[in-house]
Amino acid sequence: MTERTIKVTALTRVEGEGGLYIKMQGDAVEDIRLEIYEPPRLFEALLRGRALEEVPDITARICGICPVAYQMSSVHALEAALDVTITPEIRQLRRLLYCGEWIESHALHVYLLNAPDFLGFESGLEMAEQFPDEVNRGLRMKKHGNQLLEVLGGRAIHPINVAVGGFYRAPRRDNLQTLIADFEWGLEAAIETTRWVAGFNYPDFTCDYQLVSLSHDEEYPMNEGRIATSIGESIAVADYESEFEERHVEHSTALHSLRKKTGETYLTGPLARVSLNFDRLSSTARAIAAEIDMAWPCFNPFQSIIARGLELIHVYEEALDIMRDYSPPRPPRIEYSYQAGESCAATEAPRGLLYHRYVVDADGKVGDATIIPPTSQNQAQIESDLRDWVPYALSDDEAATSRRLENLVRCYDPCISCSTHFLKVKIERT
Amino acid sequence: MSSKPTLGVFKFASCDGCQLSLLAAEDHLLGVAAEVEIAYFLEATSHIQPGPYDIALIEGSIITSHDAERIQQIRRDSKFLITIGACATSGGIQALRNWADCNEFVRSVYATPDYISTLATSTAIADHVQVDFELRGCPINQYQLIEVIQSVLAGRRPRTPVHSVCLDCKRRGTVCVMVAQGTTCLGPVTQAGCGAICPTYNRGCYGCYGPAAQPNLVSLTGQFESSGVPREQVVDSLRNFNGYAPEFRAESERLEASRESTT
Repeated sequence: MTERTIKVTALTRVEGEGGLYIKMQGDAVEDIRLEIYEPPRLFEALLRGRALEEVPDITARICGICPVAYQMSSVHALEAALDVTITPEIRQLRRLLYCGEWIESHALHVYLLNAPDFLGFESGLEMAEQFPDEVNRGLRMKKHGNQLLEVLGGRAIHPINVAVGGFYRAPRRDNLQTLIADFEWGLEAAIETTRWVAGFNYPDFTCDYQLVSLSHDEEYPMNEGRIATSIGESIAVADYESEFEERHVEHSTALHSLRKKTGETYLTGPLARVSLNFDRLSSTARAIAAEIDMAWPCFNPFQSIIARGLELIHVYEEALDIMRDYSPPRPPRIEYSYQAGESCAATEAPRGLLYHRYVVDADGKVGDATIIPPTSQNQAQIESDLRDWVPYALSDDEAATSRRLENLVRCYDPCISCSTHFLKVKIERT
Repeated sequence: MSSKPTLGVFKFASCDGCQLSLLAAEDHLLGVAAEVEIAYFLEATSHIQPGPYDIALIEGSIITSHDAERIQQIRRDSKFLITIGACATSGGIQALRNWADCNEFVRSVYATPDYISTLATSTAIADHVQVDFELRGCPINQYQLIEVIQSVLAGRRPRTPVHSVCLDCKRRGTVCVMVAQGTTCLGPVTQAGCGAICPTYNRGCYGCYGPAAQPNLVSLTGQFESSGVPREQVVDSLRNFNGYAPEFRAESERLEASRESTT
């Protein structure tokens, strides 16, 4: 039996830094690891003792691509601990802010990070030489997301306007009205995006996924809901830690999120969200899904890019609805008083379920924090999928093999910077 | 091979937000890409070219021994090295470990601390190698980044202000939140560059661009305390995204030391 080792030392076009390690014995995969060498920043520890008002500002810094997700999960969890109920108007404005982040993050991933794989380019910038209209469309959409974040959040990266209880200041009606024309264009652009990516060539490759996402009776999941799974469960967010756990797996040094009772891996993110909440997508998103004639639920990880396209349509449409009817919430922020407590919340980051739990004391200080990012939850699934993908990816050309393996990893839009729960992996071979 | 100057973007301990600013500069992105050869930018491209690099943009702080070695090699490979963002210029939010027991931090986050290899401190890039220009901010301002890249290409000093946020509030016509509302604000001691955003949103500046030139911290923290802010909170307000910047650090440590001597 010949032994062969494949290493991708630096994964590219992902957020944060990681590598890939695969060891083969003949045709069989002996070991496979998605390696994370993102240095540990220890957020959960440094939050202890900080004023709870600082939590959305600090947790935003976990990730420069999805700071709003961290802000949203943290404020919802803290509000639950403080028994604060926000108004429907504030809730709408938070959804609008989240729409901005989904647009920015999905447009970045679809156009600059993921599409180049399907069309054979090394980057979105290189792709722009042959597909200038498409890349410019993607950049313009990404800019819309950023503009919405700037109006609502003060700036696109690490917004400053998110507070426990609401917003420091609500935007004026005209601030948002000026974005409507661009977003009308953007909705069309999102439709074109979905049609475009639906025409890519996809490998005939499916995985036996347990899909996991938030789910809400009346809306597409974003800021709240119960946790739905593709095996028919509906789990309260408060039960998250009794249903899902991070575990050390033998022969691996990475913390893997698994179903607690069965030890099974699961998938979170756009593919899971669309699959489990298809009927709550906007009418246009559903119409385009019907037009491209694709079956949902979908179990092909490469087609996550189509799920992102459908979600782009949805969030543009929802953002337009909210902006057209908008009047500033008064007050923009609900007052609260400190009380000791503990609570959790989950929201849907662009790349999947993001769970936070906090203990706060009677002086408004954080006693304990737990943050479980989506990429951490997907890591075990990514490794499992890679194992199945190896036979398709393997060839005598080492560079081509590495590229095909990397292509799969990029489909999950892994955000390795969200490294609160990643371990540095040591490679120990005997 | 192209004769355009080569650009490398390198990440250390950080959130990716500052390098994302380059991709977020949608209107300028393709323009910048046309002026330089992107030789190393893992987040953006699979095309990886070995050094030397004409311009290196460094994001993130040093928190592992491996990274402490890696930055030395990047320095040797780079003609003009620019640090971008609070992590690279002051150690970032992860520098809060510098005042704590880092082993305890690791134990509290990870079930198997033995697998974790990290330094007890988070330090700025300039603590390790010579830095040619520092661009502040958490996150950096994309227009300042474009200005820095273009000025280096043109062979001139970048024009980035070192005055305080206060001046920008006056320029914007923002009513002072500290004077009018009594809100704690680090604007008087924080370097401009963000556009003085927070006060326009009814909140005080929290210092994400780090210390302005010659900040009078003693005066400002005295003002906070005399308006009733507990000392612990004043210390925390200086210890966030730029807490380990020399001026902020000296003042938070002075306050802490004098609290200990009085209690």
